Amino acid sequence: MSEHHHDHDHDHSELSETELRVRALETILTEKGYVEPAALDAIIQAYETKIGPHNGARVVAKAWTDPAFKKALLEDGSKAIGTLGHVSRVGDHLVVVENTPERHNMVVCTLCSCYPWEMLGLPPVWYKAAPYRSRAVKDPRGVLADFDVTLPKDMEIRVWDSTAETRFLVLPMRPAGTEGWSEEQLAELVTRDSMIGTGFPRTPGAPS
Amino acid sequence: MNGVHDMGGMDGFGKVEPEPNEPVFHAHWEERVLAMVRAMGAAGAFNIDTSRFYRETLPPHVYLSSSYYKKWFLGLEEMLIEKGYLTREEVAAGHAMQPGKALKHGKFDLTQVERIMVRGKFARPAPAPAKFDIGDRVRAKNIHPVTHTRLPRYVRGHVGVVELNHGCHVFPDTAAMERGEHPQWLYTVVFEGRDLWGEDGDPTLKVSIDAFEPYLDPA
Repeated sequence: MSEHHHDHDHDHSELSETELRVRALETILTEKGYVEPAALDAIIQAYETKIGPHNGARVVAKAWTDPAFKKALLEDGSKAIGTLGHVSRVGDHLVVVENTPERHNMVVCTLCSCYPWEMLGLPPVWYKAAPYRSRAVKDPRGVLADFDVTLPKDMEIRVWDSTAETRFLVLPMRPAGTEGWSEEQLAELVTRDSMIGTGFPRTPGAPS
Repeated sequence: MNGVHDMGGMDGFGKVEPEPNEPVFHAHWEERVLAMVRAMGAAGAFNIDTSRFYRETLPPHVYLSSSYYKKWFLGLEEMLIEKGYLTREEVAAGHAMQPGKALKHGKFDLTQVERIMVRGKFARPAPAPAKFDIGDRVRAKNIHPVTHTRLPRYVRGHVGVVELNHGCHVFPDTAAMERGEHPQWLYTVVFEGRDLWGEDGDPTLKVSIDAFEPYLDPA
């Protein structure tokens, strides 16, 4: 490794300036009595440990094994997930959209970065960046190619632009060769990208 | 506003670059920015629409050249100054120089954390019956407000079909400008890809937006 590989946060002057400004803002907000730093720590910890794609994966695996749950989930995502209790608390207006052999769904927020945080955690950088936001609604197959994903030529592709406080989660198709698998085993196959619509679940037996 | 944030359909930004094993945050300061935005929003210093508007009003070159959390930081700082929660002198000094302004929901402390891990509620009682039914053809209005709106440019003037009715929700166009919630019916409206992008568009593509009733005319 050359010397150029140390932590860029510390040796890049622009980032250092940002770090200083962020620190100053937190000092001011704390001194003025607006926020408690320990409460900020707790928010960060929750996003780093509790909230993530494992929540969505459990919902998807449940839908793959329980037809009544799947029906309820597609009718009212928030309500159905609320009945699970143990997965994650979820706010209003989560809309779950189902992939079928005829239709592939993909979710974007062209205007900012709306994303089902409670199900998937904080969005990845690419989801919030210009290439994805600009191209997903116009050339989704080109975007999928960037993920090495190819759809059948005639398959309908439906892009959901999250322009309001509704949130969308894709219910991917259950992989073949998983008959008799438990929910826990199935959840291991469900990737974050398969719930955004930029990927598929893992194939049984393939390296993860 | 017709800002660079309204990116749907723009060309030239290059390939999407997924990052294998991406961490939740890429730097410590990003965590603090996320937490401060969530905390000050929850304390009542601003609503989610106002915070979006402050990011959208960053100068285009700043918006395009700043990382995601840098945009959040710049929007937050400016918003808190303009709303009177801190002063430019304090920002320059890096310390508080006068007492804080009262927050609608009080100081954000540890007891508040649990409640913000679930999204807020944006549904409101309906002030009037819905104008559109599922299956109705509607045209997205050709409007260009200089203030906040959630009607993306790429659908304006185009005809789509109402697919879902989500009930009445807080209207971002007024909420962002602190002119009240003015709840409006919210619909998923689906457009044919070729109607949006012309004959060269992907014939298998359909695109939907969630549109508030004032964005739509019967078609």
